[in-house]
Amino acid sequence: MEYFIQLFMSGTVKGSIYALIALGYAMVYGIIQLINFAHGEIYMIGAFTALIIGATMASAGVPTGLVLVVALISAMVWAAAYGVTLEKIAYKPLRNSPRLSALISAIGMSIFLQNYVLLAQTSNFVPYPNWVPQFAFLEDIKGILNSNQFFILLTTAVVMVLFTLMIRYTKMGKAMRATAQDKAMAQLVGINVNQVISVTFVLGSVTAALGGVLICSYMGQINYYIGFIAGIKAFVAAVLGGIGSIPGAVLGSFVLGWTESLGAGYLSSDYEDAFAFVILIIILLVRPSGLLGKKEIKKV
Amino acid sequence: MHNIDWKKELKQSTLAALWFIFLTFPLMVMKVAIIQGQATITWRWYNVPVVAVTFFILSFVWRYMLERRNFTQKKESKDILGKLLAQPKYSRPAIIALAVFLLAFPFAFSMYQTNVMISVLIYIILGLGLNIVVGYGGLLHLGYAAFYAMGAYSYGLFFTYMGPKFIEWGINTGLMFWIAIPAAAILSLVFGFIVCLPVIRLRGDYLAIVTLAFGEITRMFLQNEGQITLGPSGVSQIPRPWLLGMKITPVFAAKYVYFIALVLVIISIKVVKNLEDSKIGRAWEAMRDDDIAAQSMGIDLTRAKLASFAVGALWAGFAGVLLAAKTTFINPESFTLWESIIILCVVVLGGMGSIPGVIVGSVLMIMLPEYFRSFAEYRMLIFGLALVLMMIFRQGGIIPRKRKQHTFEVEGEGAVK
Amino acid sequence: MKKLTVILLTIVVALALTLTGCQKGSKTIKIGVGGAHTGDLASYGLPTVNAVQLVAEEINANGGIDGKMIEVVVEDDQCKPEIATNTASKLVGEGVVAVIGHICSGATKAALGIYKDSDILTVSPSATNPDLCDGTYPNFFRTIASDSAQAETEVAFMKTMGLKKVAVLHDKGDYGKGFAELVQANAPAAGIEVVLFEGITPGGVDYSAIINKVANSGAEALVWGGYHPEASKLVTQMKNKGMSIPFLSDDGVKDQTFIDVAGEFAEGVYATGPIDTSTNALYKKAAADHLAKYGEEPGAFFYNAYAAMLAVCNAIDKADSTEYAAMRDALTSNYVDTTLGSISFDNSGEAIGVGFVVYQVKNGKYVEVK
Repeated sequence: MEYFIQLFMSGTVKGSIYALIALGYAMVYGIIQLINFAHGEIYMIGAFTALIIGATMASAGVPTGLVLVVALISAMVWAAAYGVTLEKIAYKPLRNSPRLSALISAIGMSIFLQNYVLLAQTSNFVPYPNWVPQFAFLEDIKGILNSNQFFILLTTAVVMVLFTLMIRYTKMGKAMRATAQDKAMAQLVGINVNQVISVTFVLGSVTAALGGVLICSYMGQINYYIGFIAGIKAFVAAVLGGIGSIPGAVLGSFVLGWTESLGAGYLSSDYEDAFAFVILIIILLVRPSGLLGKKEIKKV
Repeated sequence: MHNIDWKKELKQSTLAALWFIFLTFPLMVMKVAIIQGQATITWRWYNVPVVAVTFFILSFVWRYMLERRNFTQKKESKDILGKLLAQPKYSRPAIIALAVFLLAFPFAFSMYQTNVMISVLIYIILGLGLNIVVGYGGLLHLGYAAFYAMGAYSYGLFFTYMGPKFIEWGINTGLMFWIAIPAAAILSLVFGFIVCLPVIRLRGDYLAIVTLAFGEITRMFLQNEGQITLGPSGVSQIPRPWLLGMKITPVFAAKYVYFIALVLVIISIKVVKNLEDSKIGRAWEAMRDDDIAAQSMGIDLTRAKLASFAVGALWAGFAGVLLAAKTTFINPESFTLWESIIILCVVVLGGMGSIPGVIVGSVLMIMLPEYFRSFAEYRMLIFGLALVLMMIFRQGGIIPRKRKQHTFEVEGEGAVK
Repeated sequence: MKKLTVILLTIVVALALTLTGCQKGSKTIKIGVGGAHTGDLASYGLPTVNAVQLVAEEINANGGIDGKMIEVVVEDDQCKPEIATNTASKLVGEGVVAVIGHICSGATKAALGIYKDSDILTVSPSATNPDLCDGTYPNFFRTIASDSAQAETEVAFMKTMGLKKVAVLHDKGDYGKGFAELVQANAPAAGIEVVLFEGITPGGVDYSAIINKVANSGAEALVWGGYHPEASKLVTQMKNKGMSIPFLSDDGVKDQTFIDVAGEFAEGVYATGPIDTSTNALYKKAAADHLAKYGEEPGAFFYNAYAAMLAVCNAIDKADSTEYAAMRDALTSNYVDTTLGSISFDNSGEAIGVGFVVYQVKNGKYVEVK
């Protein structure tokens, strides 16, 4: 039983990690129906920025707590800036062209950003300092849940609640929902669609950066390539939950995390990813629009 | 165009430059190195003016190009060259020149160039196959490399298991290539059909992600089931194709495989062209444009989807066997998700649904990285940027598909089509 | 028909741009270098280029081999098999008599398909896959011991540690899984039971599930087959979970970067690596020359590549010819002084006189375990 709890918790942590990245995918997809392939790179850039700013401060003797806060904020600011710039350059000029053109543009941007970081920084793995506070009350159960994992769970929960509230109750949230439903109609009722899209990219990038810093602190290393695999996994999670649905993305992430952990723990980690994909296929066979996706009703 | 408001333009460029200085500041100016827990920060201030000037200028170019793009899009482009070449007087020599060039190629150029050209030809076949699924059927397919692997491995494993037998029987192992070519194509076709069956209900990006899942599961199987597939160390020493029992040197093999690939490409083009005009081809296009309307016109969507997946997979089978014959070594690393993405880029870059587009797409996708070699470490950076720019300035691809105009002339010599 | 011209033009332009370098007069001996010089594995391939060039400059400065100058031809394969065949064909087209490389085992196998039939001597400084020397490639030699030698060293060491049960993890890659399988095969003879044998996906965001599994399996030690990025993730997560069983690994982990990244968690980790020859005179000279020319310490496989180049040049000198059979003969029948000590090659292509020892991280440095 203890083994099951261990695996379940590590699945939950993994799910939270995926959720932080998948949220951005889901939001962007919901608004402009684009698979933002470069989202993983935003996550990586956020984490790298935090490392640079944080390490600079730490070597200047700033206390760790403050370093974490400033590093997180700068990660979010720069990730948001990159996200918005990415949208303006690579996606906005393609808003009226075939969807696949935008997808290739996103792939191109993903390659570009990876190599940009590689050239501007380094191709090697860089150690990532652990700025997350270590909680004493977790010392006894660190085999099941350690401070870094706890912090990740906490952040995901808070971010998810904030997002749900924002989308449900604020004016911007309503505008986002309207834009997602029908861009032309939203424009007609006076919603600034360009602004809504920018805000979506800002929010998606901010959560990705947050995830980036926490995950790299947890794993203890970073390089220019970490965004690709994490991005693919988060993308799978977002689809699993029903693309465009925010609670769906979170639920999908957890299902993915649990499947991978329990599959690796009880069966074989050789096929860890395959279990996730098999579950994905089974779920999509039963529910072709994902767990919480809206059923597509097509009018002729 | 119209007169330029220089004051406004200057302001915009200045703002762009300032924005990019801010944006690139942590990554371009600061460089962090952590050795044994000690962080050292290098400040590269010289990058600030570089970024500022670059983006100040690029901002002008960018706005100008975008405006020109929007401007020319509205007008019909003047296609003098096209009209000129449409006349047989000019098109004949062009076709002959191309044919002579392709035939003379392996003799005129080195083995290296021939090998690169074989890669291009392989990607043309792959592109043509994926084009059936993506371009005609409108189904996003992210697991195409699985079928490519299917082709390569059916030749590779056929050799591994049957090669010793062939030697025992005194038959040249190079003959296996000629058995593998049709066998791999049929296997891929069947595999494509089986994979497609359960997911036929899915649409759009849900279908895309399931194909991605199949692609990855296939690769994991190749990697993990070492007893069957030889695992990550791959299949080596795959024989080169047989030719009248001659001993085939690498230089000769390159030329030989080149011609096999060329013939396969020509056959593929011919077949795909015929498919395009066939009943099933039109069903695919109808399905792509509006599946519900297509269904109500009596098109069996299930059949159309199955057919596009299966037929698409068939070409990947051919390409896989060619790859195995060319490199004589295959391993699972060659068939990653990344490979599927590159093939997708070939199709979209050239222009979805367009056969000449696929050809230009693969020439660009394979040769660009080859001749970007001189850019050394900037190679992939420029490649990524090139993808973005080509998509923005040629939205429909380099050679967008021209849809066939079906006109009806009452008089004349019965020119119906 | 516009399309046709566009196709034609792109092909011609693309070709015009790929056509680089013309054939020179062949009063020189051309030696090729193939390996990853760009991409994420470039750091493994570039030191070899430096090593070969240093040796060539030195020999040329002393009048060449029998009066003939050495010309080095460098080509990139990015460690990808399908590119490696193009690289190999380019080198063969340039008329090289021997190749130092390639770097990765997969790319080497692909390239050997061409070198073998063109009768070109190939000496790799780093391809450790055992299959390469099983007789299928008579033209292949290497200046690094094979993975099977490495696995034997590792298992013998585990036996001296008194381990009874171990867990073996690998990265599913050619190198990592190959090493792990050899450890698994050798373990029973040493009285060691492999209680867990599994692959993990490189680049994953969390390995806590598999670490729980290792803890649950009752293993007394964890053996890792693969490279250092995953190794440092594993040790970090193990220590954070309060697990303290020994961590043993291969020469993919015997790299200073591992210690830099894993920091305090690297302490106590065991890894096998080539025998330390840093007291050798030629080794010191090579290191000093490199520092003088490039201003930094040499990188991975530099000394192996240096030795490979010395061996090839010595073989040409001894054979008095650049004929394949004569060179191969000279290579296998003579001992030559190199950065790795005095080495020769056996008929299967393995170097005689190179081997593995076990190192342990102590105070942030790898120290040989005596």
